[in-house]
Amino acid sequence: MPISANHSNPPILSLNGIVKDFPGVRALSEVSIDLFAGEVTALVGENGAGKSTMVKVLTGIYQPDAGQIKLNGSPVKLATPNDAARAGITAIHQETVLFDELSVAENIYIGHAPRTRTGLIDWNTMNANASQLLERIGASIDPTTVLKDLGIASKHLVAISRALSIDASVVIMDEPTAALSHKEIEELYQLVEQLKSDGKAILFISHKFDEIFRIADRYTVFRDGELVGNGLIENSNAAELVQLMVGRSLESVYPQRTGELGETILRVDGYSHPTEFDDISFTLNRGEVLGLYGLVGAGRSECMQAIFGITRPSKGNLFIDGKQITPKSPADAIAQGLVYVPEDRGKQGAITDLSIVSNIALPSLNTTSNKGFVRMAREYALARQYTARLELKAAALDQHVGELSGGNQQKVVIAKWLATQPEVIILDEPTKGVDIGSKAAVHAFMRELASQGLAIIMVSSEIPEIIGMSDRIIVMREGRQVAEFNQQQASPENLVRAAAGIEETSVA
Amino acid sequence: MTSIRLSRDVLLTLALIALVFLVYLRFPDFAAPQSLLDVFNDTSILIILALGQMAVVLTRCIDLSMASNLALVGMCTAMLNSAVPSIPIPLLVLLAILLGALLGSINGLLVWKLDIPPIVVTLGTLTIFRGLIFLLSDGQWVNAHEMSPAFKALPRYSLLGVAVLSWAALLCVVCMYILLTRTPAGRAFYAVGGNPDAAVYTGINVGRTRFNAFVLSGALSGIAGYFWVSRYAVAYVDIAAGFELDVVAACVIGGISIAGGIGSVAGAVLGALFLGVIKNALPVINISPFWQQAISGSAIIVAVIFNARSERRAGRIILKQAEKH
Repeated sequence: MPISANHSNPPILSLNGIVKDFPGVRALSEVSIDLFAGEVTALVGENGAGKSTMVKVLTGIYQPDAGQIKLNGSPVKLATPNDAARAGITAIHQETVLFDELSVAENIYIGHAPRTRTGLIDWNTMNANASQLLERIGASIDPTTVLKDLGIASKHLVAISRALSIDASVVIMDEPTAALSHKEIEELYQLVEQLKSDGKAILFISHKFDEIFRIADRYTVFRDGELVGNGLIENSNAAELVQLMVGRSLESVYPQRTGELGETILRVDGYSHPTEFDDISFTLNRGEVLGLYGLVGAGRSECMQAIFGITRPSKGNLFIDGKQITPKSPADAIAQGLVYVPEDRGKQGAITDLSIVSNIALPSLNTTSNKGFVRMAREYALARQYTARLELKAAALDQHVGELSGGNQQKVVIAKWLATQPEVIILDEPTKGVDIGSKAAVHAFMRELASQGLAIIMVSSEIPEIIGMSDRIIVMREGRQVAEFNQQQASPENLVRAAAGIEETSVA
Repeated sequence: MTSIRLSRDVLLTLALIALVFLVYLRFPDFAAPQSLLDVFNDTSILIILALGQMAVVLTRCIDLSMASNLALVGMCTAMLNSAVPSIPIPLLVLLAILLGALLGSINGLLVWKLDIPPIVVTLGTLTIFRGLIFLLSDGQWVNAHEMSPAFKALPRYSLLGVAVLSWAALLCVVCMYILLTRTPAGRAFYAVGGNPDAAVYTGINVGRTRFNAFVLSGALSGIAGYFWVSRYAVAYVDIAAGFELDVVAACVIGGISIAGGIGSVAGAVLGALFLGVIKNALPVINISPFWQQAISGSAIIVAVIFNARSERRAGRIILKQAEKH
């Protein structure tokens, strides 16, 4: 399938037949990619297509199970992040992997700080160099600021500066514009042009097609861990890339709403927080799936956590069934029929060392216990009822949740909350890290719940999922509610525009 | 560095001065320069140990074996001195440091290579090291008359009016300050404790860094072991038993976050001095030792409440106008 474009120069970095397996999932399946000096290669794919895994292989964080990496024609092994740095490969990671308690300059230079003649860290030179780097990318940040005092966008600029502080021949940018403003994105494009003319090979990972067509020379498309296409950008178009990326049409995958919407169950009025979000207002009806879209770090999860009572809003009211109830704790919210299924299953969702039964029964201990003692039979009955509804695949109900696949773990988490018989359920990235098959099952199940009158808020960063599943979509950007679309109005283009704050006229 | 951290150290200094002042009101001689030097000298061992504990705590670990390490090294140096009095004292001190570092490296290796939680590892070695002392000494004491005069004299030897033990503590403070602020290895402690995941991306070996911290705390326990035994001129199985908790307390009072990544040399020193002043001052104003314990304990809790308040999650900064420039 790989299309070899006419090329006189050999690639700087060449990956061939890379395989990476995780328990139960093949994240990369014999993928290949070539990076050329002075060229930008766009790596395109849906969330979960294996892009970030590829970045981790390239930067020495993951070791491929098979395949070969060649640098300037000779095979190399990137066993550690230091090996990758020495080989001249640097990356701007998607998650900002930085240190909150350290200064900006130190975040940029940690691991390769300038030294004095006696071998000690030279703070003056470090601060001066950091200043220069930040200036070069057009960021006005004082290098002595402690990182935690910066906002998301500024942190991202620090991460970019860090990558540039290493003299590299290969620069990987994993969604570098995700948290940046329009002006900052323009400056980043200029920087990419500059790096190109310096002869660096750039791997540019992005969801945004306008961006790809503007700066990339080549493209490579991944889908479900496989290479599905590559070639020169000038010979392609957005429709073709979307086709390759999604590989199926939306209508056929996502179940459509069947029932009618009921009356308003939840109303959020002017929810605000000093640093995380401002003036969030919306209503939710029974039987409705409300999508909440935005870029990573737009404040969606933070807002949902405030609605669930984990944090307190500084302003605003919440009404459930017309009664004003502002949850003061998660227990409070659960008692009112409002539950939240968090994004990070490992940290916030399932207790992996407990059995399926114990996990599911956990929030329902009041109903399964009697006179202070837990009734095992009731717990098992509850677990059987909900695992059957979710078609959970497990050897036995007393199996530890940690032994299940990602998709089945997610089902346990959802089952656990459904067992409390909520009226409103907030699902934060419900299919993140879940394989394609389980994804469809989770989607079908969400529809079924909605048709039974449950009101669902779904936080998702996946455009096909959010468009396919939502009856209505609210877009957040930098802590604010910036747009609302109904199912007919929503398109990938206008969602991305709203989320990234790109004006209608400025997009080609 | 940060205003919060600075103000915490300043606040602790003020609390320390206030404490000395309160004692001064009841017993003016306590605030005399020589008396304060004596308090510092008496706190020197705690300061040395607190510096080592801080390095470990910065990496999100804890070393409960420090006092046992101290006692084992102390017993070994005392027995070696009484058996071969001709070994020069500087060489003996060097051996104490190396033996301490070796014992620390056992903790470090278990944490690094076998990935056992540090609290479990050091709880185990705490007991093992004590047991080794008994096996070595057969439960016997090494008494003052069995030690060479030079062995006992070093900590008391006065240089410019200040005892060598105090100089040793000061030297450790200076070295530790340079290590933590000016060397990549020292900055790695902060990185590993502050955000272990990000440290991996940065190319820092998290396990190796923790190993380094345990070796450092072991070496400092070793120095402390020699000074403890030579100063009190006696070595036996139970010396410094339970002292590891004073060391952890000094760190906590000094604002070093048990969750890792936050702490300064100044904090560790101030925390140790705070406990040292309480221990030395309360007897002279006739407060019962049981009150001393209660007061030390309260100081720990007050310090933790203060730290918890200043570190409380302020929320992510997402809204543009909330960003400081």
